[in-house]
Amino acid sequence: MKADPKGVLSGAIFIDGDHACAEGAIAAGCRFAAGYPITPSTEVVERIAERFPLIGGMFIQMEDEIASSIAIQGAVWAGKKAMTVTSGPGFSLMMEHIGLAAMTETPCVFVDVQRAGPSTGLPTLPAQGDMMQARWGSHGDYGIIAICPNSPQECFDFTIKAFNLSEQYRVPVLLMMDECVGHMTERVIIPPADEIEIYPRRFYNGPPEDFLLFKPDDDLVPPIVKAGDGYNIHVTGLTHDEKGYPVMTPQAQEKLVHRLVNKINQNADKIVEYREDQIDDAEVVVISYGITSRVAIPAIEQARKDGIKVGHLRLIIAWPFPEKRIKELSERVKAFVVPEINYGQMVREVERCVGGRVIIEHVSHGGGSVHNPKDIYNKIYKSVRG
Amino acid sequence: MGDDLLDIDESMPINTVEEFLRMDRMPHIWCPGCGIGTTVNCFAHALETSGLDLSKVAVVSGIGCTGRVAGYINLDSFHTTHGRAIPFATGLKLANPKLKVVVYSGDGDLTAIGGNHFIHAARRNVDMTVILLNNFIYGMTGGQVAPTTPLTATASTTPHGNFEESFNLPYLAESCGAVYVARWTAYHVRHVTKSIKEALLKKGFSFVEILAPCPTLFSRRNKLGDGLDQMIYFRDNSEIKNDADTKTVSLSFQGKIIVGKFVDKERPTYLDSMNDYYSRKFGDKYQKYNG
Repeated sequence: MKADPKGVLSGAIFIDGDHACAEGAIAAGCRFAAGYPITPSTEVVERIAERFPLIGGMFIQMEDEIASSIAIQGAVWAGKKAMTVTSGPGFSLMMEHIGLAAMTETPCVFVDVQRAGPSTGLPTLPAQGDMMQARWGSHGDYGIIAICPNSPQECFDFTIKAFNLSEQYRVPVLLMMDECVGHMTERVIIPPADEIEIYPRRFYNGPPEDFLLFKPDDDLVPPIVKAGDGYNIHVTGLTHDEKGYPVMTPQAQEKLVHRLVNKINQNADKIVEYREDQIDDAEVVVISYGITSRVAIPAIEQARKDGIKVGHLRLIIAWPFPEKRIKELSERVKAFVVPEINYGQMVREVERCVGGRVIIEHVSHGGGSVHNPKDIYNKIYKSVRG
Repeated sequence: MGDDLLDIDESMPINTVEEFLRMDRMPHIWCPGCGIGTTVNCFAHALETSGLDLSKVAVVSGIGCTGRVAGYINLDSFHTTHGRAIPFATGLKLANPKLKVVVYSGDGDLTAIGGNHFIHAARRNVDMTVILLNNFIYGMTGGQVAPTTPLTATASTTPHGNFEESFNLPYLAESCGAVYVARWTAYHVRHVTKSIKEALLKKGFSFVEILAPCPTLFSRRNKLGDGLDQMIYFRDNSEIKNDADTKTVSLSFQGKIIVGKFVDKERPTYLDSMNDYYSRKFGDKYQKYNG
């Protein structure tokens, strides 16, 4: 279906990534947002707080991130599309509720505008240090989807994508921004509402007697209902059967949790998204995401000028990871170069997929700024010319 | 308080609560002598006589023995995370104001790990009913000290006796802004039923504290006998003082218990405040938020 035109500011506007994220949420149909102030993400909810009253939305500034991350889930079960927004320390506080959303298959969006950590770290400066936390931060096994925008335009586009994927797979979707992308101001094109594709919530409309809240369709995703519709649903974070009732057995655990993991794994080919540039003749491939995918470009251009056959694979969706593609490339390239603003997170996934077949050069950065493209260039050079 | 409290129809069949319960989940997990089931019975009777559209009632629990209430109530029910029933309920209510949202959880869940949410929901006057079952202990995890454990009582993590002051919950709720505050014990089933019904029909943040026996972990460890002995204690030591100053209703170890309806006042809810404010601010441009 197409977006509700109400509130969609179609046209070209000059805004930063945080504001673009807020506009993306509005265009996606988000009408409930909860948040707690934290740099560098606060501008997202500030814009939502400004915009919501006149378009029928409900924004509430909760008492902390724990409350925000579960208030949105209450709102989803009441039928809203909902989002919360935070940065590192708040993201840490939200972990239990990412697990709850995964376990109860509550479609919702978590935005993490990454800053340098650990702890309070560098509140106003960028990092990409929450990538593993995004995937594994809550206890137990589950699947999520994480998306990495590199511009205000993509903050807009990918917030819509985040909502759509969360509805399609009934999972929490994490928009992994960073301080640079959040505070960078660029021209953003907001299309007319009738050109914005929206994945509608998969509501069950049949009779209550036949309804099982956690009985999946063939794609492993169960349809949903909302509170107040007469289905007398029970939703629990305990291991549960298809009706939603707690069952404390290894068999129930296997059936439910394996599906939660497989829901993403088996649909990974449909979910995975990356962009490639100059890959065909490449001997070395730079794998990047988020703001670093822009910083890598001058390094790649310089290396090409210097005669190095280097290509670029940029992760749009970091989780699930495009392991098939990385494995394919590892059959024919000599090296991968992985720049990221951390001391080694997504590079571990590359290493896992490559299995020691080719050289992997990690370009680490502790956070607080983006890379100097020279550092990326040097690793590209080293990987092929040693 | 006199006979006017006894507004339950005595001619009703005894098992009318069954339709409010998920009978396919019985037997429940609660211990013999536990007071939680008694209060659920009161809750069902309160719902039955409330006149509420039951398809619009949602029950939200946190974690713990009382946290299991949501799982046994045959309404839309949500068993959330430890301490977070109130913020979940806040989202549910604000997203669909037509729902009647009831939080039903324990003392540790709502006032220790969930204490921050409790005070803020009361402050905002979010329209919800909070039924707090206070059994003075963490039951599910084996009898650890709670913010409600009375001074000198023994718990597994205060094996030599508790030296921390406990919460006076009606005072806490009132000072944070709750519009309806009552306390009863599991002995006072008719009062509990009436209070829950009043709370359900009250607009704003309503709070009912119910003291209840935990024979397995509180009474036994403190050598207070079984569930029945605790009920006898509630009967013999409770004093009904409606409108009592909540400052004066602190609890002590096996001491006197002041029960009653302490607060019943009017204050604009979160949503009313928002709608009124924005209507004044934006005039005709603002369409009243109704979910």
